[in-house]
Amino acid sequence: MTKVAVQFTLNDEEQNEFVDSGSTLLAVLRGKLGLYSTKAGCHQGSCGACTVIIDGEPRLSCLTLAQRCTGRKITTIEGLTRDGALHPLQQAFMEGFAAQCGFCTPGMILAAKSLLDRNQSPSRDDVIDAISGNICRCTGYEPIIAAVLAAAEQMRAEMKKSA
Amino acid sequence: MSVMLEAARQIRLVPALQAKGAMIVAGGTLAVAELNYGQGADGTLIILDRLGLDRIAVVGKKATFGAMVTMAEIARDRRLKFLHPVCNSIGGPAVRAMATIGGNLFAPAPYGDMAASLLALDAEITIHDGKSAKKYPIEVFFRQRKKLERCLVVSVSFTLPASGSFRYSKAVRRKPVSASVVTIAALLPRRGGKVVGARIALGAMGSHAIRAYKAEAALEGRSLDSATIAAAAAQIAEDASPADDAYASAWYRRQVVPIHLARLLAA
Repeated sequence: MTKVAVQFTLNDEEQNEFVDSGSTLLAVLRGKLGLYSTKAGCHQGSCGACTVIIDGEPRLSCLTLAQRCTGRKITTIEGLTRDGALHPLQQAFMEGFAAQCGFCTPGMILAAKSLLDRNQSPSRDDVIDAISGNICRCTGYEPIIAAVLAAAEQMRAEMKKSA
Repeated sequence: MSVMLEAARQIRLVPALQAKGAMIVAGGTLAVAELNYGQGADGTLIILDRLGLDRIAVVGKKATFGAMVTMAEIARDRRLKFLHPVCNSIGGPAVRAMATIGGNLFAPAPYGDMAASLLALDAEITIHDGKSAKKYPIEVFFRQRKKLERCLVVSVSFTLPASGSFRYSKAVRRKPVSASVVTIAALLPRRGGKVVGARIALGAMGSHAIRAYKAEAALEGRSLDSATIAAAAAQIAEDASPADDAYASAWYRRQVVPIHLARLLAA
């Protein structure tokens, strides 16, 4: 198997790796970097469990070739926690019982984060659209939608306080 | 699995690589999914990121999309609001950020909702065969799609529709987005209240997007009253050959397409 060099920023840290040519970002994250929060689900873009954020947009790491990530900024859910403090989305998912088995949760949270990064006051329909590519088979979607809206409210309150 | 990535540096060199068995990867939503399932797993993948095919141009009444323009980019473009419902019906935001116009033209049923819309819009597809660029009416492109897989789609152009003349509907099993049960894109230009030059395209009703010629004929020269709508709805599946898949049976698709067309025309 031919190895190729890739360089990208992962959760604010520079990564320089030799990876198998043709490998997906998902395979690199899980198999080489040991970041198991990015889940391997359907491998065909249907479930959203492998969602990461690349250059501010949600992307499916199972369909993203690692070599195409050179020079890009990638965020996985490991990058959301700061100094041990959960991101408001993580906190809201926990408090609102928006996770059951947890398999879809990292993808759901990152899909929601990419929405909240550009829209701090999303409507319910905005949230539904943001997570429309992410499948949950445990909770149903209501607690998830409620958690995203609660996190948005919390983030707005924090911004107001710090302004 | 032994795969090599090659970044194409010139459009004209891509078809020669394809002739040697290399596979184009545009957004990756189709090609990489195939790789993940062991199809086309050995060989060269060509990526098109450096060819400048990611631009949207709107000049006068003509829009041109480079083949690498994504659904998300179209959905952000305020000049193309009539296409936003089409983009937003495809995948979730992550798929839209990756899926390209060029890839959608090759998407197998029940995918290819944008391709159906481009068929209704009478788009022209520019293809490079390694020697020169050639333009194909989209219907010709679909008829020759298998053969043209060995060429590179460079861009897609169409005339912007008159305000309110483009309509779109997609029936899905799981709202808000899923693969299509039936997709309908309709261009309904009107003169003096009568439909003139209607183009109705169907997705998931054949191996690729198809025109519903008989339904179009039922609309021609008529106003969109209930009798005309009923006549068009009665003809809508006549040109179709849907398949059974995980989303719907062919029988079900034939049953529901008249209902969705009637709703679309009456809207």
